Amino acid sequence: MNRRESIKALVITSVAAGTIASACNTNPKKSEEKKALGTGPDRMSEEKLHEQKIAEEENFFTVDEMASIAILADIIIPKDDVSGSATDANVPEFIEYIVKDMPKHQVPMRGGLRWLDVRCLKKFNKSFKMCDGSQRMLVIDEIAYPKKAKPEVLQGVNFFSLMRNLTATGFYTTEMGYKDIGYMGNVPNQWNGVPDDVLKQYGLSYTEKELKECISFDS
Amino acid sequence: MCALQLKQQAKSYDAVIVGSGAGGGMAAYVLAASGLKVCLLEAGPNYDPAVNSSQMKNAWESPRRGASTKFRPFGDFDGCYWGWEIEGEPYTQGPNSNWEWWRARMVGGRTNHWGRISLRFGPDDFKRKSIDGLGDDWPIGYDDVKPYYDKIDRLIGIFGTNENFYNAPDGIFLPPPKPRLHELFIKRAAVNIGIPVIPSRLSILTKPINKDRGACFYCAQCNRSCKVYADFSSSSVLIKPAIETGNVDLITNAMVREVILDRDGLAKGVSYVNKEDMQEYEVHGRTVILAASACESARLMLNSKSTKYPNGIGNSSGVVGKYLHDSTGADMGGIIPELFDRKRYNEDGVGGLHVYTPWWLDNKKLDFPRGYHIEYGGGFGMPVYGFNWGIEKLNGTFNIKGQQKEYGGYGASLKQDYRHLFGAHVGMAGRGEGIAREDNFCEIDNDVVDKFGIPVLKFHTSWSDYEINQAKHMKETFKEILHSMGAVVTWGGDDGPENNYGLHNPGNIIHEAGTVRMGNNPKTSVLNKYSQSHDVKNLFCVDGGQFVSQADKNITWTILALSMRASEYIISEMKKNNL
Repeated sequence: MNRRESIKALVITSVAAGTIASACNTNPKKSEEKKALGTGPDRMSEEKLHEQKIAEEENFFTVDEMASIAILADIIIPKDDVSGSATDANVPEFIEYIVKDMPKHQVPMRGGLRWLDVRCLKKFNKSFKMCDGSQRMLVIDEIAYPKKAKPEVLQGVNFFSLMRNLTATGFYTTEMGYKDIGYMGNVPNQWNGVPDDVLKQYGLSYTEKELKECISFDS
Repeated sequence: MCALQLKQQAKSYDAVIVGSGAGGGMAAYVLAASGLKVCLLEAGPNYDPAVNSSQMKNAWESPRRGASTKFRPFGDFDGCYWGWEIEGEPYTQGPNSNWEWWRARMVGGRTNHWGRISLRFGPDDFKRKSIDGLGDDWPIGYDDVKPYYDKIDRLIGIFGTNENFYNAPDGIFLPPPKPRLHELFIKRAAVNIGIPVIPSRLSILTKPINKDRGACFYCAQCNRSCKVYADFSSSSVLIKPAIETGNVDLITNAMVREVILDRDGLAKGVSYVNKEDMQEYEVHGRTVILAASACESARLMLNSKSTKYPNGIGNSSGVVGKYLHDSTGADMGGIIPELFDRKRYNEDGVGGLHVYTPWWLDNKKLDFPRGYHIEYGGGFGMPVYGFNWGIEKLNGTFNIKGQQKEYGGYGASLKQDYRHLFGAHVGMAGRGEGIAREDNFCEIDNDVVDKFGIPVLKFHTSWSDYEINQAKHMKETFKEILHSMGAVVTWGGDDGPENNYGLHNPGNIIHEAGTVRMGNNPKTSVLNKYSQSHDVKNLFCVDGGQFVSQADKNITWTILALSMRASEYIISEMKKNNL
């Protein structure tokens, strides 16, 4: 198989999979199943059942919890001049899914949100969501810097670290996140080595042996 | 459900093969090509990378963004069904044992997702006892296996370079890809301190080798299996053409229970449970070839008890299940500050490392008897679940755009940190040889069965000082290399004697071998040098079980070579009417 044929084969298999999925999409039950499975990865039968189960579950987070998650996510990843915010990239919806898929996150998230509300209640007599922006930031600044934080707020620090990590991983695994971070892979190509200007920047070069032995392509 | 009954297949085969991974796939390929009729049994469902691979999917196409599940421990896009645990199929541990057992259930087995690191054993690797007095020598040497390595290089395709290293033998190679940026950093740093770094040897096609398989298009996703068959999976490269001969009946979802005997004490075939209708079946053949993986093949033999073979078929020696060993493994990673804010470009490359380090030292001068090789990683990987996790332990370490940051944080400043650090990470993994010991073993647990009623394995494994000292040496080496390239160690740097220097649990590296070992003496080995049972001449084992020792190499290329060799022997013995 030459390169052109193999890329063609690749495109055809992806398209065919999509066509089959939509052709099967005739009754409502199938349609729900398709929604649960999305355009997602290959699934063996046990995985299909697992996805279906998650899709049928009630929301884990309450409306108030989701509101707090959205506020926190946008504090962690706000819109800037490079990309949008966490909520622009639907990070709260991702977090709602992932706690169902990974129940180990459920108690730390629920308890952490509650910890945050109680902290705000004690300070400002309001829940986190009901606080104004500057009040919220006073509490966030207590828990956002693990090395500086006071011992009495370490539970809050741990919660905020989890929230930061879920937000970042949820954001950078979207199309918006790929563009922001500058990930340029996942496209068929011919690897021809490190670009010349980059080699020069770091004072590196390929040896004659490498140039002779390694595969190279006309650019 | 209909009443339980035993069903016999009317058709009898020349060979009944259990398992469709590297060993079983190669046996099916060679036997079918010679015109023999083969029944290939696989415990999992069908799998064809062209149809099933999740190649080229982006993270957001998985609702969990590629995170792992118990169904796919290496992530949602990975090309392996199941792994460390399978629902309804437990295994148990003896006191203080912590064996980790990976089981794939699918056509092609774990070759659909493996690292494609395809290393030949060297001349020394077959004769370790003669060198250091530990374990045993193989009944064969490099010269016996070399012709098969050569054939496999040509048949399957592998890239690499001829380097004239005595114990990392050269092969018939396609051109390798050029090193990536971090690999050039590693090479410069390691070579400066006397550690060789050479092109890796992976079974990936940098050029097309036939009309059925495409060439690599550099997506770095070999672990998802390849839709154009540009890398080696047993499913695409061996089983597909084997079936196309018309000589192979593939039975999927067939969980084999035991090897059954005829009146002369020879293997008559196997019995299995069909996971779809849950009925019990038998299939008969002139030969039975086990390739279910080292531990599953041992389990099958131990569970095949009869008056004639009370300890399990082919186990008059009592050796089945013993000498279980896995590669050793320890890892470390760091950040190269010089690579902060790198220019962005696509550096996916092939799936895996473009360079590696073969074992380069003399064990006579060290406090551990066997070597290890080093695998390298790093660069601009695809963001998937876990990406950018743990920044709160990282960003305060570095000066970022002229600013000493506080650990953690949020907002625009945090987004800048993520961008700054992307692509500056480098990691290294030592993969070494442990000693095959009689007291590292698996046996049948007399108390526990799986959901099919098949008695399960109980493991008894531990590391000795040989492996622990080797892990210590790995860690020291990694620190030196990282230091030499100006990197800051960010993980794996704090391990010490309290945790065996970060040595992974046995089994964790997924190179298990040794449970059905070959040898010249029927009292101390299960198979002869043609992978044939000493006790039952029409019973063979062609997976990792037959290994006498592991070598500091990944074992797949040798499984393929030995399976091809055993299959040619079977053909020749059948022609002579010896089978």
